[in-house]
Amino acid sequence: MRRPVLARALRALALILALTAPAAAFEVEEQSRFGPDDAPRTLRILSTTDTVIFAPLLERFLADQPGLAIDYVVAASTEVYAALHDEAAAFDIAVSSAMDLQMKLANDGFARVHRAPGTLALPPWARWRDQLFAFAQEPVVAILSRAGFEGLPLPRTRSDLVDLMRENPDRFRGRVGTYDPNLSGAGYLFATQDARQSDTSWRLAEVMGALQPRLYGASGDMIRDLKAGRLILATNVLGSYAVPRLPPGGDGMVLEPADYTHVLLRTALIPRTADAPDLGAAFLDFLLSPGGQRLIAAAGLPAIDEAALVAGQHLRPIRLDPGLLVFVDPLKRRRFLDEWSAAMVRD
Amino acid sequence: MKAAAVPSGSIRRRLLLSMLALAAVLSGLLYLTVRGVAARAVEATQDAVLGSAGIAIAEELRGSEDGVEIDIPYTAFSMLGAVGQDRVFYRVLIGDVTLTGYADLPLPAEPPSGLTPFFYSTTFQDETVRIAAVERAVLSDGRPVSATVLVAQTRTAAEAIAGQLANRAALLGLGVFALAALLAVVTARSVLAPVDELAEAVRRRGPQDLRPVARAVPVELAPFVTALNGFMGRLSAALSRTETFIAEAAHHIRTPLAVVRAEAEIALRQAPDDATRARMRSVIRAVDDSARSATQLLDHATVVYRTDQRTDEDLDLGDLARSVTQALAPAADLKEIALDLVVGDGPLVVRGDRLLIESALRNLLDNAVKYSGPETEVRLTVAGVAGGVRVLVEDRGRGLGGSQPAALTARFRRGTNVDDIIGSGLGLTIVKEVARAQRGAFRLTDREGGGTCADLFLPAH
Repeated sequence: MRRPVLARALRALALILALTAPAAAFEVEEQSRFGPDDAPRTLRILSTTDTVIFAPLLERFLADQPGLAIDYVVAASTEVYAALHDEAAAFDIAVSSAMDLQMKLANDGFARVHRAPGTLALPPWARWRDQLFAFAQEPVVAILSRAGFEGLPLPRTRSDLVDLMRENPDRFRGRVGTYDPNLSGAGYLFATQDARQSDTSWRLAEVMGALQPRLYGASGDMIRDLKAGRLILATNVLGSYAVPRLPPGGDGMVLEPADYTHVLLRTALIPRTADAPDLGAAFLDFLLSPGGQRLIAAAGLPAIDEAALVAGQHLRPIRLDPGLLVFVDPLKRRRFLDEWSAAMVRD
Repeated sequence: MKAAAVPSGSIRRRLLLSMLALAAVLSGLLYLTVRGVAARAVEATQDAVLGSAGIAIAEELRGSEDGVEIDIPYTAFSMLGAVGQDRVFYRVLIGDVTLTGYADLPLPAEPPSGLTPFFYSTTFQDETVRIAAVERAVLSDGRPVSATVLVAQTRTAAEAIAGQLANRAALLGLGVFALAALLAVVTARSVLAPVDELAEAVRRRGPQDLRPVARAVPVELAPFVTALNGFMGRLSAALSRTETFIAEAAHHIRTPLAVVRAEAEIALRQAPDDATRARMRSVIRAVDDSARSATQLLDHATVVYRTDQRTDEDLDLGDLARSVTQALAPAADLKEIALDLVVGDGPLVVRGDRLLIESALRNLLDNAVKYSGPETEVRLTVAGVAGGVRVLVEDRGRGLGGSQPAALTARFRRGTNVDDIIGSGLGLTIVKEVARAQRGAFRLTDREGGGTCADLFLPAH
C-alpha cells in the first residue's frame, strides 16, 4: 500500500514543479541551439529578432569561442519584457526592438552596467546609463505596390497618403495594413511615436480606419501580403525587413516618408538575472565591434551611423530618453489604445 | 672678538608662515564656498526640471464621473533627459490610493501645499533620488479630492556635474593658494628689505668706523637706529677720550723727560769719575727709551684717531721716505748704522693720510735701527708695483726669532728675543693699522742671511 501512495505523491509533486517552473510562463516563439551539445558553457540570448537574421552573427561569434554554445530564444517584445521584469528569467543578454520596454527594464534596475571600449565609443544617444546599448538603426517605412498605385501619383509624405486614400477609397478599401499596437510591442512604439510626432498621424489613422484596414503583429507578414497582392499599402514597416525583400525595380516599393521617418534603435542589455553576465558582455562587445557591425549590416540591419542620421533630413531617431517611459505607463497605454482603436477599428 | 648674535627664530619665517596659513585658510574657504554654491546650483537646476515635470503631469489630471484620469505628457519625462541619463520614477496618488506609477515611491514627510512643488531627497531602489511632489485638487464624481504627483530622478548626472565643479573649485583654491604663497614670499622680502639693507650697511663698516648711521630707515626701525647711533656715539666719545688722554699723557711725560735728559747730559759732562759717568749714560739711555715709548703711544693714538678722521691727499712716497730717513739719521749714526735709501723710478704716488703713512714709515725704520747691531746696514726700498707702491725695510738684526709675524703686530706684544732692548711693542701695531686703514698689506718675514724684512704695500687709490 505504501509504495503506490508514495509514487502518486511524487508524481503530484513533479506536476506542481512543472506547472510553477518560471521558464514556461512567457511565450517562446522559436528556440534554437548553436554550437556543440557538450559545450561546458552556454550563452542564453533572449531576442525579438528572427533566428535567420542573427544566425550568421552567432556562428561567427562561436567560431572564436571553443567550448561555448548558444541558446537563442525568440519571443515577442512584450514577452521579452515580461520574462525579465516579472519572471526573473535567466538570460545573459536581451535584444529587443521595443525601445520603450527596454528603457523601462533599464530604468527599473533590471540591467547591468557594462563599460568597454566598444560601448563607450557609441554616440551618447545610442546608449543609456551604460546599461542599454543600440547596435542597429532601422528606419520605419511605408511599403506600397506600384501596380496597386497605377494611375496615381506616387506619394512622398503622409499627407500625400491621406489625400490619395480619401480620393480613392474604393481602391484602398481592405487593402491597407499596419501594425496592431495591441499585439506588437514594436507596433505600439511606432504608433505612440507617430502620435507624439504629428497630428497627421491621427488623420492617417482615421482615414485608414475608414478603409477596413488589416492589422498585423509582424513586419514580415505585411511584406508577405503586399507581395501576394492582398495589400497595396502598409505603414510602419521595419525598413530592415522590407528593403531586402522588396528589391528595387520590383512591384513592391519602400517609401521613407519625407515629412518624417522614425528610426528605431535595436537595443541590447545584460539582464540583472543573467547566470553568465560575462558571456553576455562578450557577445555585446562582439555586436558593437567593427566585425560584428559588418555582419549586422550584411543581415540587413543598418549599423549605428550618426553621419547617416545627420545626412537624412527626414530621419527622426527615436531617442533613448525617459520620455519613452510615458507610454509604458499602464493608464497611458490603455488610454492610447482606446483612442487608437476608436480611430482605426470600426466595425 | 666678535660675539655672534643668538638667533631666536626668524621674522621672515614667521611672516611667511602666518601669511601662508592665512592663504591656506582663505583658499579652503573659497573651495568650500564654490563647491557649496555649485552643489546648490546643480540641485536647483534638477529641482527646476523635476518641478516642471511634476506640474506638467498634474496639469493633465482630469476629473470625470468614473473618477480621476491622467494623461501623462511625453515631454514631462522627456525633459528629465536634459539633466542627464538618470533613472526616472513617478507616482500619482488620488487621496491615499496610487493611481499609477511606482506604488512604493516614498511620500514627502509632510504633504505639499499650494501650487509650489515640494522637493526632498530620499533613497529608492538602492539609489539616492530627488523627488518633486505636486499637490492638486481635482473633482472626482463631483467631489473634490486631493491628488499628489511625485516625480523622482536619480542624482548620478547631478552628482557628476557637482563633482566636476568641486574639482574646478579645488583647482581654483590651489591656484589662489599658489598665488598667495608667491605674494607672501615677495611681501616678506619687500617688508624685510630695509632690515636686510641696514644689517648689510652696518656689517660692511670698518672695525673703527663709529660714525652714526645716516641712511633713511622705516619708522619701525628708527628707534633701533637711534639707539645704535647713541651707543656708537658714546663708544666713539669714550675712545676719543682715551686717545686724547694717552696723547696728553705722552706729551706730559715727554716734556719733563727732555728736561731730565738735558740735565743728565750736563751732569755726564761734569761727572768726576767713570762710575758716575756710566750711571749717567744709563740714565740717558733709559730716558731715550721712555721718550721713544711715549712717542709711539702718541703715534698710535694718532693713527687710531686719524683712521676715523683722515684727510686723504696724493703723497709721493719717495719724498716721504727721504724725510723719514733724514729724521732717523742721527739715531742711526749713533749706532754707526748705514741707512741706505733706494727710491725706484716712475710715479710713487699713493692717495692717503700723510700723518698715517709717515708714522708707519718712521716706525718701520725706527724698529729696524733699534734691533740692528752696530755697524750694520738698513736698506729702505720704495718701488712702484702694480696697483700701488711697495716699501721694503731690510735689516741685519736679530730677525723674528721664531715668533709669529701676526703675534708681533699685536698691541704691546714684543718678540721673544728682545728682552735686552727696551720697547713698547706698539711699533708694528701702528704699521699694521695704517696698512689696514689704507686698504694695503703688511708682511713681516725673516731675511735671507739673517735679519728681518718688513714689506708694506700701499694701493695707489
